[in-house]
Amino acid sequence: MKLLRDTWLVFARQMALLLRNPVWVIVGIMQPLYFLYLFGPLLTKALQAQLPPGAPESAAYQFFIPGLLIQLAMFGSMFVGFALVAELRQGVIERMRVTPVSRLALLLGRSGRDIVMLIFQSLVIVLLALPLGLKVEIGNLALALALLALIGLLMSSFSYAIALILRSEDALAPLLNTISMPIWLLSGILLPMTFAPGWLSTISKFIPFKWAADAARQLFAGNPGDPVVWKGLLFVAIPTLLCVVWASRKFAKSVR
Amino acid sequence: MIIETVGLKKTFSSRKGDVEAVRGVDLAVEEGEIFGFLGPNGAGKTTTLRMLATLLEPSGGTATIAGADLRKQPGDVRARIGYVAQGGGTWDEVSAREELVYQGRLHGINRTECKARAEHAIKAFQLEEFADRKTKTYSGGQRRRLDIALSLMHKPQLVFLDEPTTGLDPQSRAHMWGEVRRLRDEGMTVFITTHYLDEADALCDRIAIIDHGQIVVTGGTDELKRQVSGDVVNIGVLAHDLAAAEALVKEESYVREAETTASGLRLYVEDGSAALPHLLRLLDSKAIPLSSIELHRPSLDDVFLRQTGRSLREGENA
Repeated sequence: MKLLRDTWLVFARQMALLLRNPVWVIVGIMQPLYFLYLFGPLLTKALQAQLPPGAPESAAYQFFIPGLLIQLAMFGSMFVGFALVAELRQGVIERMRVTPVSRLALLLGRSGRDIVMLIFQSLVIVLLALPLGLKVEIGNLALALALLALIGLLMSSFSYAIALILRSEDALAPLLNTISMPIWLLSGILLPMTFAPGWLSTISKFIPFKWAADAARQLFAGNPGDPVVWKGLLFVAIPTLLCVVWASRKFAKSVR
Repeated sequence: MIIETVGLKKTFSSRKGDVEAVRGVDLAVEEGEIFGFLGPNGAGKTTTLRMLATLLEPSGGTATIAGADLRKQPGDVRARIGYVAQGGGTWDEVSAREELVYQGRLHGINRTECKARAEHAIKAFQLEEFADRKTKTYSGGQRRRLDIALSLMHKPQLVFLDEPTTGLDPQSRAHMWGEVRRLRDEGMTVFITTHYLDEADALCDRIAIIDHGQIVVTGGTDELKRQVSGDVVNIGVLAHDLAAAEALVKEESYVREAETTASGLRLYVEDGSAALPHLLRLLDSKAIPLSSIELHRPSLDDVFLRQTGRSLREGENA
């Protein structure tokens, strides 16, 4: 009960700060829009060649949009640690640590804000993609959004934990970039991993986001019963749990 | 005792080896006093303070704060103390009123009560003028007043202030001293770190001096200074009276030492304010005219100098 209340307090403050600076919401929505409108038409043409002859162009969007959403979840939440570094510098984290507020709430309230932002962006993309021929059932969409929220929690808690250790933007940026590039490429977000040679495909099996992307595609295809769906959820949930425990411990302990 | 520590230690491990920042600190702070914690930069002041405020886990020793065990009941300690970090801790985009209410909420107080307390704090700390402006527009002194008001929202028994006047102009500094005294008068215990000796002197009831991670001396400010060399009395007498005056005062039991200076005598006495009337009467009775008389108290720097062989002021400049 106290955890819920504290999480709400932290979340409400973070949301208020976000809405006072809506430029970040706009920046956050622009990148996926670029992908949707500037890259989507290219990719769909390229994918068309792989589809059975006579398949509509919308079939390519059916493949492309779920991957785009997973990518948004990964990268939208991966760099949230920068905001935390700023808060550490302002001293607000220290001030909150001297109150009895739950340490887990310090993490979950922030991640909650990140997830709300992520779900909002995802819905915008889905709505904009509907006229392009995207089809999805509401129940499957809800399950896909739950998967996205889980990825958001995973990436944001990871980012916060790293930020609490490094405490500097200068150290954070290169580290996150180094980690994110290979994960992104191996997740089969842009192109299906079925194109990959054997060794690459094998490596990608160890990337939870590859499973998540496959799961999201099955959900958009209307196959919630496909085993890849529960596998995708599970393979994301396990590292999420680990990262949440790790990050909340970092919030509990001061490093300096 | 509102703070009692025994052998409090903190060792930081790094690749270069262990650094013993605090090596066994024993402190006893009484309820309702302003307790000053002094020392040169890097002596272990802030590390000790951060341990007492539950921000750092001690490597050894025990501490009881406001009746709660620091290691076993950090949550209870947090509920009973206020803490103001050196740099403060407010969001730029938020107003003082919002911050005050939020701080109360973090302590589990209901919204109505928080609003009432915020209103009261805004009046008590004279924040009315800017209470609804964003904190990024505040001056250093305004920000510091808000920081202290924030730390008091849950009515703690004890408040820790880490160098509260560093970087403030003289007027804001005087204002801050007034606020700290007011807190004590309201029954609160104030634990304050500073490297300004005049501040400790003017503000604190008792002090502890830390150097190289250890307490070198602790006690009441007046008592400590008296221990050093007693008080200093400068007497201006005419040159032809000098020898007579010197012989006369040296007979007195409370005069520890007397030396001649360009304009008269310098006496080291045990208690200057008690000695002064005696000296006046004595010299008057022998008809030795005085051109001036002046009482000078030894400073806390003299205390530090005697304990460590170094001047605290030198350390500050280095």
